[in-house]
Parts: sequence; C-alpha cells; structure tokens
Amino acid sequence: MNPKILSDIAYLTSAFLFIIGLKFLSHPKRARRGNQLAAIGMAFAIVASFIFIWGGGVLREGSNAGVLIIVGILVGGLVGTLAARYVAMTEMPQMVALLNGCGGGAAALISTVEFANFAAGRGESDPLAFGATLFGAVIGSLSFWGSLMAFGKLSGFMERAITSTLQKLLTLVVFVGLIAVIVWIGMGGGTMAFYVLLGVSLVFALLMVIPIGGADMPVVISLLNSFTGLAVAATGFSLREPALIISGTLVGASGTLLTLLMCKAMNRSITNVLFAGVGAGPVAKPGAKAGGPAKTHREITADDLAMLLGNVQSVIVIPGYGMAVAQAQHVTRELADMLAGKGVDVKYAVHPVAGRMPGHMNVLLAEANVPYEQLFDLEQINPEFERCDVALVIGANDVVNPCARYDKASPIYGMPILDADKAKHIIVVKRSLNPGFAGIDNEIYYNPKTYMFFGDAKGAIQKLVEAVKTAG
Amino acid sequence: MNEGTLILYSIYIFVLAVFVGFEVISKVPVQLHTPLMSGTNAIHGIVMLGGMLVLAHAATPLLVWLGFAAVVLGAMNLFGGFVVTDRMLEMFKTKKPAAGSKS
Repeated sequence: MNPKILSDIAYLTSAFLFIIGLKFLSHPKRARRGNQLAAIGMAFAIVASFIFIWGGGVLREGSNAGVLIIVGILVGGLVGTLAARYVAMTEMPQMVALLNGCGGGAAALISTVEFANFAAGRGESDPLAFGATLFGAVIGSLSFWGSLMAFGKLSGFMERAITSTLQKLLTLVVFVGLIAVIVWIGMGGGTMAFYVLLGVSLVFALLMVIPIGGADMPVVISLLNSFTGLAVAATGFSLREPALIISGTLVGASGTLLTLLMCKAMNRSITNVLFAGVGAGPVAKPGAKAGGPAKTHREITADDLAMLLGNVQSVIVIPGYGMAVAQAQHVTRELADMLAGKGVDVKYAVHPVAGRMPGHMNVLLAEANVPYEQLFDLEQINPEFERCDVALVIGANDVVNPCARYDKASPIYGMPILDADKAKHIIVVKRSLNPGFAGIDNEIYYNPKTYMFFGDAKGAIQKLVEAVKTAG
Repeated sequence: MNEGTLILYSIYIFVLAVFVGFEVISKVPVQLHTPLMSGTNAIHGIVMLGGMLVLAHAATPLLVWLGFAAVVLGAMNLFGGFVVTDRMLEMFKTKKPAAGSKS
C-alpha cells in the first residue's frame, strides 16, 4: 500500500482514540482507561509518522536526520518519563507546567524552522501557512516562557504577585509592539524581524504572568496548556499535517473550557484571574489592623489536644496544601485511623481547590490510602459542621476563611468555603499565624472556639499521634 | 488536490475539532480537573511529530539542530505527560466513582 495512505489511516485511528480518550478522562471510573487510550492513539500517530518519513522518502539524501530523530525521541522520552515517574505528588502542578512549556517550546522551534524555510523560498507557501507559522511562533514562545514563569512561581522562587499601573501600561505597549512586529514581517521584514518577534513574545509572556499570584497559577497553567494546543494546531497548518491540527485544536478547545471550569470552581472570572492580581496587596500582619480590637488566639499542647480528641464523637479533617508540602497525609491518615478505632466518626472535607490545583487534594489523599468513603466534597460536608465536635484544619487557610462570605473587599470574596467555624471546636494546625496563599489574614484563628496547634503539619500530627497513643 | 481545496480542507478540520473539543469534556467533576489538564497536556505532545518532520526536511545544520531540539522537547512533553497522568489516575483506581456515592 502507498505509505501516505497507510500513515493517513494510522493518523485517523489516533485522532479517533484521542477523542474517545478525552471523553473517558472526564469520568472518574474510566479516566485511567481514557489516558491509556490516548497513549495508544499517540503510538499510532508515531508509527504513522515513521511510515510517512521513512517509507515516503521524506528524508533528505545523505542526511543524518533519521538517526537524530531516533536519538531525540529516546533522550526526550527518557528524561520526560523519569521526571514524571519520580516527581513527588505534591509537585504535580509544577511538573505539568514544565511539560507544557516543553510542548510550547517545541512548537516555537518548529515555527522558527518553517519560517527559515519560507524565507529561503523552500517548499510551497500559502498565506494561511505563513500566518500559522507566525501564530505558532508567538503562542508557542508565550506558552514556553509563561510555563517556566508559572513553574518558578509554584516552586516558590517568586510567590507574590507584582502589579502596578506602570506594569499594566508596559504590557499594553508590548502588546501593541507585538502586533507591529507581525505587520512588519507581513510586509517582508525577513528573518531579522522574526527574531525580534520571538524576543517581544518573551517579554510579553513575562509581563503577562508576573502580575498573577501563586494561588491562581493552576488557572494560568491550564490556559497556557490550551495555548500550546493552539500553537501545535498552528504548526499543523504550516506543515500541512492534519494530525497536528486535529490534536492541537482538540486540546486548545477542551483546555479553554477546562480553564473556565476551573475559574468557576474557584468562583473567579478569567479576566479577574489575569488582571486583578490577587495577593498583590501588602501582606496584612496578624493583629496589626488599625482601629480594630487587638486579636488574640489560644494555643493548645499535643497532650491537651489528645485529651480533647479522646472525648468527642465526630471529627472533620480539613486538609490543605500545608499538609501536602509537609508530606503529612500519611501520618494524618494514621491519626484518623486511631480516632476511628476509638469510635470517633472521622470525615475528610475536601475543598474543590484544596492543594494547588482543583482535584489535587483528592490525588494526594488517595496516595495516602485514605478510604474513598471518608472523603466528602464541599456541598456534602458543609451541613455537617454544625453537628460536628471538632473541625481539624491541617495546613489549610483560605478555604476556611469566613471573610469570603461577607467581606466584599477581600480577594476571595464569594469563593465557597468550608464552614469550619460552625463546628463546636476548631483546631488549626499551622506553622504560624501568617496569611495563606491569597495573602490575607484569617479571622478564624482568633475565633474564641479556636485552638492553634503550631508546628509543621507532619511533626505536629506526629506528636499528636504519640499523645493520643499514651492517652490510651 | 489543488492549493485552495487543501487550505479549505484544513479549515474544515480545525472548525470541527473546535466543536468536538468543547463537547467532549462538557461535564467534568472537579477532582478530575488536574488529571484532565495533564491528559490534554500529553496529547499536545504530538508536536513531537512536527519536530520529526522539520528535522527530516531540514536543509542547513542550524535547522537540523533546531529540529532536533523540537523533537527532544516534544518527546519530553509526550512521554512525561502520559506517565504523569497515569500516575495521578492510578491513585483513583480501586475507588468507587465520585458521582452518586453517598458515604
């Protein structure tokens, strides 16, 4: 059979499997199968391209490109697989950002090569392919640099958002500059103009991500993920490769929808995320608000806390990212199991955006083998807080901050929260009184029903487990 | 196929794929947002194939290396993406489905 037809059939199969895979990925029961189907689809696509390149005589005479392709796949595949295999579950958002950046970078590089080919008059070119090449270059590098920035922010190199009027003005200027350079290229600016375009895209990406706070990074990564999809679709147009158009567009569209869904889960709008700069304001110092009554908090020791927990009927655990970074999910489960063994009714309340990405906490608790039956989402658990004896907040902060209910000035106003303050006792396990990711103070610490139990989540819970043991 | 038909044909594919992309994930529970993001991230790893094509065509040493870099980055995206997604979803495997389960 003609290798072109054979490879086209394989591409068609892979497109079909991608769509089925995506469909399955949105159902809890079939999600893993969905990912596997997509991976099989990818295998088909890779085989198809091998047939096309080797069987179709695409390789240039006397070039070592064939060897380089194999080496490139092996090197990149190995690095990617190992990194993905050994990254800690808590670092997952960073990992996705990094992998997404790789895809964006690849799309930008492909566009660069294609532009060089156009400039040298190699191969046929039509206006659509030319435009797509520029689009791929801009969006690809935007995605690459943006993802690296997001990675940096999530890794804690630069957590706070930085906003100023100057920065907003600058972004606008750079955006106009970006358009100008594209026009310049359209009028025959040549290779020089193309490199300027790549440079301006870099600056624009930095200006776009710098003002966004760490808490909103998941939304940004999701947005950049769909950008990469579009960049890949653009390279599909410039290379005349339908498989890339289909896959890239699928990701671009579903990624955009997913971004909007994430914003909805956080009760934010996408423009709010991109331009409002949550966490940009000066960090409020606990108890330092002018005019307000001095705020006091109560502390509790491990032994007293063990005693308290020994005499209650129901406990709701509210895990947050602080628990995850301290890798305290396992010891938390141990504590929960001990309490359950004493007849205490233990439940976990998982906020939609607990952790650093929607659904991140479910993954982390599942990793620690917390029984699925003990996990409850926001709507299920909120009515139960009133009847519950102890709300045990471990490393969570903004998701239990009551000011989200009434304080219109608060950046998290309107976000659905867990009603921990309605429980009879509130225990907050936390390193200090410092504000959380959104950079705002939390009045729940000063609630008369609240006991603070200071310490890093793992050490503190470990101490508590010991204390519960000795208390018998 | 002549030039015009080919362009139109690409646009057809694009428009249809936009609709499929929107339709296919309309109702996704919150706990699957992260895996779904990661899964779509893996699918755009197909950019590796674009890298392979430009590398195969590359006419100058500079372009060869740019193409090679594209293949390496694409392969990281592709393989890393699927592995990381599978690791996340593996955690859910013995669990009951979230929808409709009442304690």
